[in-house]
Formats: sequence, C-alpha cells, structure tokens
Amino acid sequence: MSTQAIGSTTGTAIPDFYVREEEHHADGGSTMLGFWLYLMSDCFIFAVLFATYAVLGNSYAGGPGPRELFELPLIALNTAMLLLSSITYGFAMLTMAQGRQAATQGWLAITGLFGLGFLGIELYEFTHLIAAGAGPWTSGFLSAFFTLVGTHGLHVTFGIIWLVTLMIQVAQKGLIPANRRRLMCLSMFWHFLDVVWIGVFTFVYLMGVL
Amino acid sequence: MSTDTVRAHDHHAEGTHDEPAHGTLKGYLTGFGLSVVLTAIPFWIVMSGAIADRTAAALVVLAFAFVQIIVHMVYFLHMNTRSEGGWTMLALIFTIVLVVIALAGSIWVMHHLNTNMMPMTVEAAGALP
Repeated sequence: MSTQAIGSTTGTAIPDFYVREEEHHADGGSTMLGFWLYLMSDCFIFAVLFATYAVLGNSYAGGPGPRELFELPLIALNTAMLLLSSITYGFAMLTMAQGRQAATQGWLAITGLFGLGFLGIELYEFTHLIAAGAGPWTSGFLSAFFTLVGTHGLHVTFGIIWLVTLMIQVAQKGLIPANRRRLMCLSMFWHFLDVVWIGVFTFVYLMGVL
Repeated sequence: MSTDTVRAHDHHAEGTHDEPAHGTLKGYLTGFGLSVVLTAIPFWIVMSGAIADRTAAALVVLAFAFVQIIVHMVYFLHMNTRSEGGWTMLALIFTIVLVVIALAGSIWVMHHLNTNMMPMTVEAAGALP
C-alpha cells in the first residue's frame, strides 16, 4: 500500500515515507492497552519502594519498631474501606454498562466517600505516628515506611480527584463513549491501587507486627 | 487490498474483547467474597497469634496475599489471555519478571552487604565525615 502511495505522488517531489492510512483505528481503541502499560510502569515504582522498605525495614536507629507503632484494628478498618470502594466501583461499571447514569453517579459518589474514609484513617495514622515521635526523619525504617505508604496514599488522592472530575464530566455530557472509556481507565487505576494495598498491608503491617 | 483485511481483523478483534471488560455482577460479588475471606484470615492469624512459629505464619500470610492478588486480577481487573489480543497478559508477565528480579536482587545483595560489613557502633557512625 505504501509503495503505491509513493508511486502515486504526481505533482510533488516529496515521497511518503510513512503509512497514511491511520483512520481505521477506532477512537480510543488502544487507550486500554496504553493505560495498562502505564499501570505496569507504576508497578515498578511500587516495586522499588517495596524493595527499599525490605532493605531498610530493620534499621530502627534506636527508634520505635513496627510492633510498638502499628495498630492492626485500624489497618483492618482501612483495608475494609478500600475493599468496599473496589466493589462499589464495580457496581458503577455495571450500571454504566446498562446506561443508567444516575445509578452510576451514585455508586461513583459512594466509591469516592470510601476513598476519602481510607485517606482520613491513613492521615490520622500518620499524624498519630508523628505526634508519638515516629516521623519519617526518625529512622531508615520510618523513612521507607512513610515513602511507600505515602506514595500509595498519594495515588488514592489523585484517584479521588480524577473520580470527582469524571463525575462532573458525566453530569455535563452524560455516558458518552469518551466518558465510558475514561471511567474504564479509572476503574483499572482504582482496582490496581487495591492490589498494591494487598502488598502493603501484608508486607508492611502484618509481617511487621508478626 | 491489505488495509481491507486489516480493518476486518481489527473490527473482529474489537468485537471479542470489548464485551467482557465491564465484568458481571456475579463476577464482582465472587471476587469481593473471596477478597473478604482472604483478607480476614491473615489478619486473624496475626492478631490472634494462631500460628506460633513466626516463619510459618509469615509464609502463610504471604501465600494468602499472593492468592488475593490473583483474585483481584481476575475478578476486578478482568485479566485474561484474550484481552487486547494477549498484549496485557504479555506486559503483565514481563512486569512480574522485572519486579521479581528487582525485589529479590535488592534484598539478596543488601542482605549480603549487611552481613559481610564490619560491625559499626553508633558513635563510630556519628564520627564519619
């Protein structure tokens, strides 16, 4: 096809060195794969932070260790928040597939509230730790802990900002294909954060207290 | 003529992978139920001290996390070998390989460094330039 295009350039002397037929790609047809690749690169960020925590996790520098600091009931509550937000986002996707806009918005709002609950508990835990003299500057263990858990919390924060943005988009434009695609991307992002949290509560909290 | 076949192929591929991406109510509820069980058991093991041996308890807790990650991948992220023509699965496998190398390599190398370095007191560390 491309060789034919080169041959058919009649007036101009500029040959085509690229394939011109790009329009047969559906709009946003490769977005899902591209977003998945972004999530995989995000995976590397967390892998590096987990590795840092694994290396520094025993360096207390005379400060408090995980057994004195972590309160598992609080972490269990936090885990429940994130798990519930995952299933409510799933319900939002199901109602979106049925084209029920009001129900989708409702489930998205509930998901956002669970996300805010998660963040609130995490910030409470952080301020509690810092007030108890266990800030990120205390020891290598706490630096690695705050960086890893804080990066996850930052992801959740941006997820909530994105969620609110999409709720406004849906309210203004409805469940148009572009908004459906965006909601699917946020769905992957949100469930991915839940997967990372499994690693955090297992590796940091449960194995720290053990 | 080749574009026609490409277009037809693209359309066909889209028709097959677009449909299951939303998931089903049964799928989400199954995934949620499994996640609750797979979260509750390791928390219970650690909080009640049901397994006295620490190494054994750690291995059991890690095994539960491993299974739960797979449950989330399948029921919430809808991972399968067919979506996007298998490219998501290929990217995932590639990522897992690199993550395992980075994690295992870091822990291994730094553990050996820690055990083979000469011990240093806090005072000696503070006197370093």
